[in-house]
Amino acid sequence: MGKTLGKDLYKHRYLYLLLLPTVLFYVMFQYVPMYGVLLAFKELHIREGILRSPWVGMDNFKELVAQSDFWRAFWNTLYISCGRLVFEFPIAIVLALMINEVAREKLKKFYQTVYTFPHFISWVIISGIMFNFLGTTGVLNQILDSLGYHKMTFLTDPSLFRAIVFISSIWKEVGWSAIIYLAAIAGINPELYEAAHVDGAGRWQKLLSVTWPSIRGTAAILLILAVGNAMNGGFDQIFNLYNPGVYSTGDIIDTYTYRSAFADGLSFGVSTAVGLFKAVLNFSLLYSANYIVKKLGGEGLV
Amino acid sequence: MEPITKTAAVSIQAAGRRSRFSPADLIIHIVLILLTLMTILPFYNVILMSFSSTVAVSKQLVYLVPTVFDLSAYSYIFHEPRFLKALMVTVFVTGVGTAVNMLVTVTGAYVLSKSGFPGKKIVMGGIIFTMFFNGGLIPFYLTMKNFHLVNNLLVMVLPVAVNTFYMIICIAFFRTLPAGLEESAKIDGANDLQVLYKIVVPISMPMIATITLFYAVDRWNEWWLGVLFMQNVNLLPLQALLRELLTNYQQVLASITTSVRVQDSDLQPEMLKMAVLVVSTLPIACLYPFLQKYFAKGVMIGSIKG
Repeated sequence: MGKTLGKDLYKHRYLYLLLLPTVLFYVMFQYVPMYGVLLAFKELHIREGILRSPWVGMDNFKELVAQSDFWRAFWNTLYISCGRLVFEFPIAIVLALMINEVAREKLKKFYQTVYTFPHFISWVIISGIMFNFLGTTGVLNQILDSLGYHKMTFLTDPSLFRAIVFISSIWKEVGWSAIIYLAAIAGINPELYEAAHVDGAGRWQKLLSVTWPSIRGTAAILLILAVGNAMNGGFDQIFNLYNPGVYSTGDIIDTYTYRSAFADGLSFGVSTAVGLFKAVLNFSLLYSANYIVKKLGGEGLV
Repeated sequence: MEPITKTAAVSIQAAGRRSRFSPADLIIHIVLILLTLMTILPFYNVILMSFSSTVAVSKQLVYLVPTVFDLSAYSYIFHEPRFLKALMVTVFVTGVGTAVNMLVTVTGAYVLSKSGFPGKKIVMGGIIFTMFFNGGLIPFYLTMKNFHLVNNLLVMVLPVAVNTFYMIICIAFFRTLPAGLEESAKIDGANDLQVLYKIVVPISMPMIATITLFYAVDRWNEWWLGVLFMQNVNLLPLQALLRELLTNYQQVLASITTSVRVQDSDLQPEMLKMAVLVVSTLPIACLYPFLQKYFAKGVMIGSIKG
């Protein structure tokens, strides 16, 4: 037994050599930091390091749930994630279906090219473009001003912040999400459309009875992934857009963690507890979503 | 029922579409054109502002029509040491980072696309698990500190050496390659390294180009690791500097050594911000047409098999 394993290892020695950098990366930069979650149950003494710092049981979690800012961030994250599911999901599907209805291939390509471009631009740049548009001296306010309306403080108004988050992320990502559905549509067997055509189906009926059922599976998988990320809320976007004026509606768990650890001086132990709380919640959400989709007869992720 | 050949049916359908331009088509086209304008105009406006003269910007005349053409914002940033340093950091991170990304991803994916050697399943499971669970921000920060990566340019390369999503796209692609190619090379006495380098990589060029460009865009856009780990401002990447410039303009200006020049000329802050914005976007805009050709397929594989 040992001999065959040794033989196997030798036989595949080049493969193991090629795999080595990948394994090293995942161990050092993904798994080594994972042991750091122990810190959620400890109080960090910098000199001692994580392993030798003293255990404090659930104290960090107790301190956390006593923070009103934490709960505010928790509910904000849920609201923003739910909003994303409700708005961005259907819009991406509708956009894909609309692009698919364009008969001329070149025009179809053109639309795809334009709509996916913002996906490749960082949120830093997009937020710069948005400041240019929505700032107090921004384009939109200049237009309002020249029309005789009052200037508006779009970016510091807590009641507008979530709307701005949703609209800007639709603007940036909807084209990219649509591409995934378009790829799925491209894979549909043309005979299905022919059959529908022969049966006298119109465009709308073809959409409902051929196209939609064919992309439902893709939508389900994307939905599961989105639900599994529900506690993330889009750090890149919010971190680049928000300011103290909109914390009440815009502060999410990730931005709260960052600030609490690096600016507000909350202990690293408590901040790690937030991270662990979030990761566990994401994980359970992912599994629940997967379970539900499977129960409903769809194809799950795992 | 009369059997209809595939081509005949397609041409019936195509003919039907071409002859009748329905109200539905009209609505679809109007919506899509509006969306196109909404996507393009913000970029157009930024470019315009970065080029337009100081007077025009300060009088707020710049919306859509170019007024006076002025390159002073660009000439300023390209004479500004802090900007040039940030640009060099970003070029370094993009070059070295992308090379590391591809080396690790392609070799790893090639091995993991093969079946039947001990340990493969464990490695695969370990990789997938990291997509759904991680230690979080603080443990990550402390680990990088232990590795002495604070104020080290490698912090923008090593912790992001593999993107699991791209890795999976790669694995799925390699699985589609015909096994016969490799077998014949093996019979000719090639080892796995030679097969990968001489056969698999050359025939996978479209996929490799796509993933390279994905990685290059990610490295170029890096700002977060810079913000988190670079206390030395000379090591900030371009996007982090831009971020500072956008949120904290006055302070950045004060810290810039040659700020005298800004006061001399009457450069508007907006022009400067917009010029940095354009320079940070330009390389992606240039790469994009090449990238665009391939990515739909790549995304498809990744999303379905993921």
